[in-house]
Amino acid sequence: MRSAPVDPGGPAIAVANLVKRFDAVVAVDDISFSVARGSVTALLGGNGAGKTTTLAMLLGALKPTSGEIAVLGVDMRADRYAVIPKLNFSSPYVALPGRLTIAQNLTVFAHLYGLDRIKERIERIAEALELTDLLKTPVGKLSAGQKTRAGLAKALINEPELLLLDEPTASLDPDTADWIRSYFETYTRDTGATLLLASHHMGEVERLCDHVLMMRRGVIADRGSPRELIMKYGRANLEEVFLDIAREGSARRQMAAQ
Amino acid sequence: MTSVRPRAPIVRHDSSWQRIWGMVLRNLYLLRSSWPRLFELAYWPTFSLLIWGFLSSFLMTNSSWIAQAAGVLISAVLLWDVLFRSNLGLAVTFLEEMWSRNLGQLFISPLRPVEMIAALMVISFLRTVISVLPAALLAMPLFGIWVFDLGAALAAFFFNLLVMGWAVGLFVTGLLLRMGLGAEGIVWTGIFLIAPVTGIYYPISALPEWLHPISWSLPSTYVFEGMRAVMFEKIFRWDLLMGAIALNVVYLVAGAAAFLYFYGVARERGLLLQQGE
Repeated sequence: MRSAPVDPGGPAIAVANLVKRFDAVVAVDDISFSVARGSVTALLGGNGAGKTTTLAMLLGALKPTSGEIAVLGVDMRADRYAVIPKLNFSSPYVALPGRLTIAQNLTVFAHLYGLDRIKERIERIAEALELTDLLKTPVGKLSAGQKTRAGLAKALINEPELLLLDEPTASLDPDTADWIRSYFETYTRDTGATLLLASHHMGEVERLCDHVLMMRRGVIADRGSPRELIMKYGRANLEEVFLDIAREGSARRQMAAQ
Repeated sequence: MTSVRPRAPIVRHDSSWQRIWGMVLRNLYLLRSSWPRLFELAYWPTFSLLIWGFLSSFLMTNSSWIAQAAGVLISAVLLWDVLFRSNLGLAVTFLEEMWSRNLGQLFISPLRPVEMIAALMVISFLRTVISVLPAALLAMPLFGIWVFDLGAALAAFFFNLLVMGWAVGLFVTGLLLRMGLGAEGIVWTGIFLIAPVTGIYYPISALPEWLHPISWSLPSTYVFEGMRAVMFEKIFRWDLLMGAIALNVVYLVAGAAAFLYFYGVARERGLLLQQGE
């Protein structure tokens, strides 16, 4: 198999003119953006804005209609398996097999990611995520917060250089969600990994992210650091900016209809 | 909070064998965790053996055809179970991933679709052995039939039916990828479509003439005819074995191609991350 050219100095993600159509529906409409290595970037937008579709294309689970995606310098169309071992993904909407214990799940995924010293790696991740006492518990018997941490352990099993997260703290209580956010801060600081997260929690984004991509109806409506966006829109926080951008879209649609 | 930096630099091997082993391991964990699953695997083949075994015992004294080869019905039911369990073992293994909403996790990992196919085949083989072996062993004390007397012919029959089960299972699994759990019923019932025409319990000559071309287009037909040749005529029909192998090559390539095609469609339509209950 031909290996795609690798650009080690480039951005973690470089997307150019990316389009995804599902029959007549344009889910992602000619978007371009890049994500700097070592940064934490948020992909924001209302339901149906195209966030999850974009994440799925970045992961290689969804084939773009057109456009280019380079992840860690590798062209995803040419050889996505050259870079997939360096990525990982966590979402509360994608589960781990419930009948297997956390340790068994992590062992399976460690094999899939081609790792060695698997037992040692699992012990370290379990310790970091405070899962050591739960390693022999079936995932199906865990609480929501514990499942999120187990999913995160799976997402970190290969120590990814790029971690994609879809609503990582959805349906968690504030204490557990805060713990998870602190963990991301520690992880990025210690490993230099790049994080791209889709979230509806604006406080989380303000706390974690260097950069924000605001999506609306398949396009990137605006972008910048949380502070830049707040100043640009003259608002008190990112949540108000989010509402401005989302409602601007609604207002435009209403005017067009009239 | 504990530091997450590992003690040693991470090493990522690009090994198909390790990924396939990972998938096999996942299913061994699953089987080990559930005695009812193991019991269920062996339950139906043993149940079938009992019914057909007692029927054979009755027919031995009432049918000259059966009396010529005492184990023909029991061998037939065991070989049919090889085909059925091989097909079911492959498709149900895939269904397990859909039920647990794990397909998305697998298809964003370095596991390639062809490695998934290889893993499904290995797991199907293990599930088939677990299913059929207890019934085959029970046939001796219960009915005095030792199917292993078929010797090398049994191995040839077993592997041909195993491969045909894989081929049908891969096609059905492809449909699951494309249509989701709505196609689950095909997993359980699809293989029975061929049961009337493949000559499990009776020779193909018993079928109407117009069905013969359909029967002879199935690798399993060559196996069951070959089994009867061994048991009634005491000869091993190499021509039938070659026919089964040739057709199985075509079937397996077609089954794998169908799976890969439907995988491509699922990736195009965004179905890989949406599968599940």
